Amino acid sequence: MTLRILLGVLLTLVIVAALGLPMVQHPQHWYEFPSIPGLEEKARIIFFHVPTAWLSVMAFITSMIYGIRYLRRKDPMDDLTSASAAGLGLLFCVLATVTGAIWAKFNWGSYWNWDPRETSIFVLLLIYGAYFSLRAAVEVEEKRATLSSVYSIIAAVTVPFFVFIMPRIMTGLHPGAKGDPDGAGPVIEFKMSLNMRVVFFSSLIAFTLLFLWMLSLRVRTARLEYHHQPKG
Amino acid sequence: MSVRETTTLRWIRASLAVFLKDWRSELRTRYAMSALVMFVVTTISIILFSLGGEGASPEVLAGMLWVVIFFAAMSGLSRTFVMEEERGTGMTLQLLTPPGAVFAGKLLFNLVLGAGLTLLTVVLYAFFINGFIVRTLSIFLLTIALGSVGLAAASTIIAAIIARANTKGTLYPVLSFPILLPLLMTVINATRLASDGAPLGEAAGEFQILISYIVVVITVSTLLFEYIWKD
Repeated sequence: MTLRILLGVLLTLVIVAALGLPMVQHPQHWYEFPSIPGLEEKARIIFFHVPTAWLSVMAFITSMIYGIRYLRRKDPMDDLTSASAAGLGLLFCVLATVTGAIWAKFNWGSYWNWDPRETSIFVLLLIYGAYFSLRAAVEVEEKRATLSSVYSIIAAVTVPFFVFIMPRIMTGLHPGAKGDPDGAGPVIEFKMSLNMRVVFFSSLIAFTLLFLWMLSLRVRTARLEYHHQPKG
Repeated sequence: MSVRETTTLRWIRASLAVFLKDWRSELRTRYAMSALVMFVVTTISIILFSLGGEGASPEVLAGMLWVVIFFAAMSGLSRTFVMEEERGTGMTLQLLTPPGAVFAGKLLFNLVLGAGLTLLTVVLYAFFINGFIVRTLSIFLLTIALGSVGLAAASTIIAAIIARANTKGTLYPVLSFPILLPLLMTVINATRLASDGAPLGEAAGEFQILISYIVVVITVSTLLFEYIWKD
């Protein structure tokens, strides 16, 4: 309950600040964002696009952790949490891909460029797709839980190849790719102004809370469904 | 001779026995082999027909080689586990052999099959496709060797998963592709370097990725196999 209210207030503030605060050439006041040449108003995507991508990765990790827990304890509730997290991850993965693609059309000229980060989010989509096809293909509950947990762990160990290694050997458009004058790597030095940084990190926190709230909601419904299904 | 050594020896013997068993039953039916060979022949002829006598750039052809290898692997490498489920022999194997030895035996079988598959594909490809040139043989051979090991490693554990699922054929490429993509992207890159005639040192990064991929996949598979295998 408190989480919900806190989340509502925080997200409203983030949305208002991210969309409403003016962008000017030479910021004079604390509420004015600096305007970056070539990006201008389009820079606002960072407040929403990065948190959605962050959330889809976090959901993926959560799903894997609960998968490991399931393999250790064989508690069906862990599997429910794992699957619920993966479902949220898929949703936010699609959101991140679509918002990124629309933005790329206006800023980079085409919807899709196969830049390393686009490739890695595409692979994340594929993994989620494969995960749910696998779940759909197995009817026995226990077997489904074990197989999908194992699959999510195997998929998770190959993801670092995309996140850390591919961007360094391929040239790309996102910050942190090979050929970026500020150096390649997964950790990018922030060049945002202080007020943008505040909004950006508040947005990250808000999205994290959003994920936790949505996850608990989904787990609770899944649990009810699990206990009320006709035993055959 | 300590007790520990004898158990290791027994483990090695058990995995070799699993390998030989699979190999023998494969030689009797030639199911996986014929599927692989026919798949490679069919795909290469489709490529030949669609090119229609016109060449393509070496970059495209380097990528296409791995398309053939990937899909051929998807047609045959799941056989080793699916076979146990179909014949209902999985339970006996579970009782008689430790899971690690089963996995090692099956992995060995797929390594041999995968190596044969890549070799066949490369020979046919080099023979029939005109524009395909390899300028740096050392890069190419290393790529082929590491690529086929990685392919066999990842497809063995996925085969173990899908053998337990209800739809055995259709899911295999779907589940394998995201896992194999880092490998495929790297080998395609390395094959391009080989046909461009880059010196061996330039592909060092690719080989590092391939080796670490193989180590990571085999380690994780060995750790997780027990959960898939035991009922």
